[in-house]
Amino acid sequence: MNNKRYLSAVMAVGMTAVASSAMAATKVTIGTVNNGDMVRMQGLSDEFEKLHPDIDLNWVVLEENVLRQRLTTDIATDGGQFDVMTIGMYEAPIWGGKEWLTPMGDLPSDYDLADIFPSVLGGLSSDGTLYALPFYAESSMTFYRKDLFEANGLSMPDQPSWDQMKSFAEQLHKPQEEQYGICLRGKAGWGENMALVTTMANAFGARWFDENWKPEFTGEEWGNAVSFYVDLLGNYGPPGASSNGFNENLALFNSGKCAMWVDATVAGSFLTDESQSRVAEHVGFALAPEQVTSKGSGWLWSWALAVPVSSDAKEAAKTFITWATSRAYSQLVEETYGIANVPPGTRTSTYDNVEYLEAAPFATRTLEAIGNADPNDSTLNPSPYVGVQFAAIPEFQSIATQVGKLISGALAGSMSVDHALKAAQSITLREMTRARYYSN
Amino acid sequence: MLSLKQRRSLNTLLMGVLAWGVALAIFFPIFWMLLTSFKTEIDAFATPPQLFFSPTLENYTLVNERSDYLHFAWNSVVVSFGSTIIGMMLAVPAAYSMAFFETKRTKGTLLWMLSTKMLPPVGVLVPIYLIFKDTGLLDTKTGLVIIYTLINLPIMIWMAYTYFKEIPKEVLEAARMDGSTLFQEIWRVLLPMSKGGLAATVLLSLILSWNEAFWSLNLTASEAAPLTALIASYSSPEGLFWAKLSAVSTLACAPILIFGWISQKQLVRGLSFGAVK
Amino acid sequence: MKTTTLNAGPASSAAEPKQDSRQGGKRKTSRINRFMVSPSVLVLALWMVIPLSMTIYFSVIRYNLLYPADNEFVGLENFQFFVTDFGFMAGMSNTLLLVGAVLLITVVLGVLISLLVNQAFWGRGIVRILLISPFFIMPTVNALIWKNLLLHPVSGVFAAIWKFFGATPIDWFSEFPLFSIIMIVSWQWLPFAILLLMTALQSLDQEQQEAARLDGAGPWALFFHLTLPHLARPIAVVVMIETIFLLSIFAEIFTTTGGGPGYETTNLAYLIYSQALLQFDVGLASAGGLIAVVLANIAAFFLVRLIGKSLTEKQ
Repeated sequence: MNNKRYLSAVMAVGMTAVASSAMAATKVTIGTVNNGDMVRMQGLSDEFEKLHPDIDLNWVVLEENVLRQRLTTDIATDGGQFDVMTIGMYEAPIWGGKEWLTPMGDLPSDYDLADIFPSVLGGLSSDGTLYALPFYAESSMTFYRKDLFEANGLSMPDQPSWDQMKSFAEQLHKPQEEQYGICLRGKAGWGENMALVTTMANAFGARWFDENWKPEFTGEEWGNAVSFYVDLLGNYGPPGASSNGFNENLALFNSGKCAMWVDATVAGSFLTDESQSRVAEHVGFALAPEQVTSKGSGWLWSWALAVPVSSDAKEAAKTFITWATSRAYSQLVEETYGIANVPPGTRTSTYDNVEYLEAAPFATRTLEAIGNADPNDSTLNPSPYVGVQFAAIPEFQSIATQVGKLISGALAGSMSVDHALKAAQSITLREMTRARYYSN
Repeated sequence: MLSLKQRRSLNTLLMGVLAWGVALAIFFPIFWMLLTSFKTEIDAFATPPQLFFSPTLENYTLVNERSDYLHFAWNSVVVSFGSTIIGMMLAVPAAYSMAFFETKRTKGTLLWMLSTKMLPPVGVLVPIYLIFKDTGLLDTKTGLVIIYTLINLPIMIWMAYTYFKEIPKEVLEAARMDGSTLFQEIWRVLLPMSKGGLAATVLLSLILSWNEAFWSLNLTASEAAPLTALIASYSSPEGLFWAKLSAVSTLACAPILIFGWISQKQLVRGLSFGAVK
Repeated sequence: MKTTTLNAGPASSAAEPKQDSRQGGKRKTSRINRFMVSPSVLVLALWMVIPLSMTIYFSVIRYNLLYPADNEFVGLENFQFFVTDFGFMAGMSNTLLLVGAVLLITVVLGVLISLLVNQAFWGRGIVRILLISPFFIMPTVNALIWKNLLLHPVSGVFAAIWKFFGATPIDWFSEFPLFSIIMIVSWQWLPFAILLLMTALQSLDQEQQEAARLDGAGPWALFFHLTLPHLARPIAVVVMIETIFLLSIFAEIFTTTGGGPGYETTNLAYLIYSQALLQFDVGLASAGGLIAVVLANIAAFFLVRLIGKSLTEKQ
C-alpha cells in the first residue's frame, strides 16, 4: 500500500509537470485503425497542426482487433487514455446510450450536417443524439473480373442471385492456374466472416433473433444459407479460405487470383489503384447478391470518430474530428492523394461531384449500395434489433465471435454445418440467458 | 578402402555440411523477412516467391515517415534495461540468502515464485488496468518497468540461485572471517565468481522484456509504447502489407538480435540454470 | 573457463557445510536471510495478492465491461459457465497437446542438433549464431513471418516448394492448424534447448568417452550410456522453463489462427483472452483465470515431482 501511495505521489508530480507544459499545447491522443484512409489522415495531420498550433496530435495506430480491445477496456474502466476514438456503427449507439461518449451537438455551421447520408447519421446515433462523426462509410458489393467474364461469355447482372454467383464461380474456378471462382471472408470474427455470412443469411430470409430474442440457427433459412456458403467457398474458393479476411482477399484479388469477390465497397479504391492492383482495369462492380429477398443483402458500416467522456481534452478533440470529417478535409485528400481517394460513403456532395464519379468507377454502385441498406429493416421477417450485418446489442459481439468460430470450423471441414449451427443455437441461447434476456 | 583417419575426417566434413544445412534452415525465416523488407509490395506477394529482385528501400522510408521509430525503440531500451536493472537488484540478494542460508521453506518459496508465472496475463488484465489507472501508471515507462520486473523476477531469482549454489560456501565464509561486510562479500566475492551466470540472467531478462507484447500493447498508448506496439500498427492493414511488415519487423528485432549475437558467448556459457556439473 | 573450474567443486562439498551454517550463528543468519529475501517476496506477494484477490472478487460477480455498473453477486455461475463453455474441453486438450508436442520436438531436435554442432567443423561459430537467432525474435513477429511469408497457401515459401515438387500446396492453418502452431512455437523455442544442451555437452568428459570407445562401445551405446545421462539435468531444466512459458502461450495463436478454425487451436490462455477481450466478460474470464492457475499449479506439482527435486537439491 505504501508502495502505491509513493507511486501516486511520484505520478502526481509527473502529472503537474505535464499539465504545466500542456498550457502551451493541448495534447490529443487519437486511437485509430491502420486502414488506408486512416493512415492518410495521419499523414495529413501536419496540416491540422498548422491550422491549430495549440493542439498537439498523438497517434496510436493499431490493427482493428487490438484497437477494439484497447478502446473498450479504456472506455469501460474510465481510463482516459484516448481523446479521440475510432469506432464503428456497432459501438457508437451502444457506447453513446451508456453516456460514455460526448454528444456531437453544436457543430460549426460550415460543417453541413445535412450533407451526410441520413442512414449513416442514424447508425451513429442513440435515441436521436449523434455520438460520432463518420469518417467513411461502406456497404458491401460484388467485385468481378470483367475480362474473365467476357472471355467465358458470361455477364454479371446489376444484382446477381447467390445461385447465379455459384454457377459463375463453377465456370471460372481454375485452381491449376491459381484462378479461384470466388473469394469470400472465412476468417472467424464478428466483423470478419460474420459480416458476410449475416448478409448472406439475410438474403436467404434468415434473422439473428425473432421478436422474443430467440435465435433461429436451427431453422431452415440459416441452414440453407450456411450450407450454401460452405459449399460455395469450400468448392470454388481459394485454398485457406477459412483464414481469409478482408485483407487476405484483397491481396488475392489484387494479384489476379479471384474471379469474383463480395466485400466492402471501400475495396473499390484499392482494386482500381494501379500501384497495388494487377487487375486495375478489369474490375467490374455489381450489388451484393440477393436470394429469396434483397433485404439486408448488403451491409452498412461506418468508421467514425468519437470523443469519450473520460477525455481531458474534449474541446480540442472535437475540433480535430470536425476537421477530419469535414468537406475541407476531403478537399485536402483530393489535392494530396487524388480525388479517387476521398473518404467515401458519407457525404452527398462527394457523389454530386462529376469528377469524383469519373475518377472512381465504383462510386455509383457504392452510392446505390449504401442507399439500399437500411439498418432498421434488414430482415425478411421482422426482427427486434437494429443493424444489417450485426445486432446492435452489447451481447452480439460475444455471440457472433463464437458463432463465427463455429462457421469457420464448418468451412475448414472440422465439423459439419449441422453440428456448427446446433452449437451456435445453444451458445446464443446460453449467452442471452446469461444476459437476462429471458430465463430458461 | 579409407583409413580410419580418412573416414573420420570425411565424417566430420559430412557432419559439418549437415550442421550448416540445419542452421541455414532454422535461420531461413529471419533471412526471408530481411529479404522481403527490400521488396516492393507486389514483389513480396508474387508467386512463386522471388529470390532475385531489384531491391528498394521504400518500405523503410515509408515506415519512418509514418511512425517515429526512434521513439518506440527508445521506449523499448528504457523499459528493458530499467526492468532488468531493478530486477537484478531484487534478485541477487534474494538468491544469495536462499542459496547460502537455506531453510525448510526455501524450496517452497522458490517454486511459489515460479508458479506466479503461470497465471495467464489476460486473467489479471482488468485488475491491473484499474490499479494502473488509479495510480496514474497507464501509458508510462515506469508502469511497464514495474510489470516487467515482476514478470521476470521469478526466473531471475531462480537463475541466480542456481549459480550461487555452485559456489562453495567456504569461499564466502573465508571472506567473512577476513572481516568483509555483507556488501563486500557479495560485491567482491560472490558477483565475480558467478559473473558468467549473472550475465546470462541479465541477457535473458533483456530478451524477455524486449519481446513482451501483451502488457506493452494493453497498458500503453502513445507515450510509453515500445516496439511491440509499433508492430501492431503494421500487422494487418488493408491492402498489401508483406513488405512493410517485414521492414518494420526487421527494425523491431534488429537491435535485440544484434545484441544477442554479440553476447552469444555469454549466453552459451552462462545459460545453464545450474544444470551442468 | 572459469565456470568449468568452479563447477567441479560444489557437487562434493555442498552437503556438509550446509549443516555448519545452520548451527553457527543461526539467529543472525535467519535475520539476514529474511532481510535479503523479503523485498522480492514482498513485491511478488503484492503482485500476486492484489490482482489475485481482485480476480477472485470479479469471478463471483457479474462483470461485463459493457455493463460495468451492473455487478450483482452471482456465486459460482461464472465458474459453471466457464467449464461448460464449448471451448473449455478443447482448450484443455489443446493446451496439453501444444505443451507436450513442443517439449518433445524441442528436446529431441535440441539433443540431435547440439550433438551435431558439438564437433569441430568449419564455421561452427557462425552456425551457432544462426541456430540460436530465432530465440531473439519477438513472438508476434515470429507468428507474422510464418503466417504471411512462409505458410501462406498461395504466395508462401512452403507453397512454392510444394508446387516445385508438383504437389498441391498445403493450407497449413486450416488443414493442420494445431500442427502449424506447434511448428511455429517449436521454431521459437528450439534455440533455447540447443543453447542449454550445447553448454552441457561441452562439459561432457572427453576422456571417459574415449575410454569407452576404446573398450569397443558403439556410437549408440555411447549416446545412451554416457551422453544421455549427462544431459538428463539440462533436459529437465529445458522442460521446466519451457513448460512455464508454453502453458500461457498466446501471441502466436492470436496472430495466426485466432484460436480457429472452430476451437482447434484454442488453448486455455486464448480462451480466457477471448472471453475477457473479445466478449468483454471479465467475470467469466476471471473464473477462467483462476481455473487456469489451479491447473497450472497441478501441472507444476507434477513437474516438480518429476524433475524439480533434482534441480533444487544436488545429488
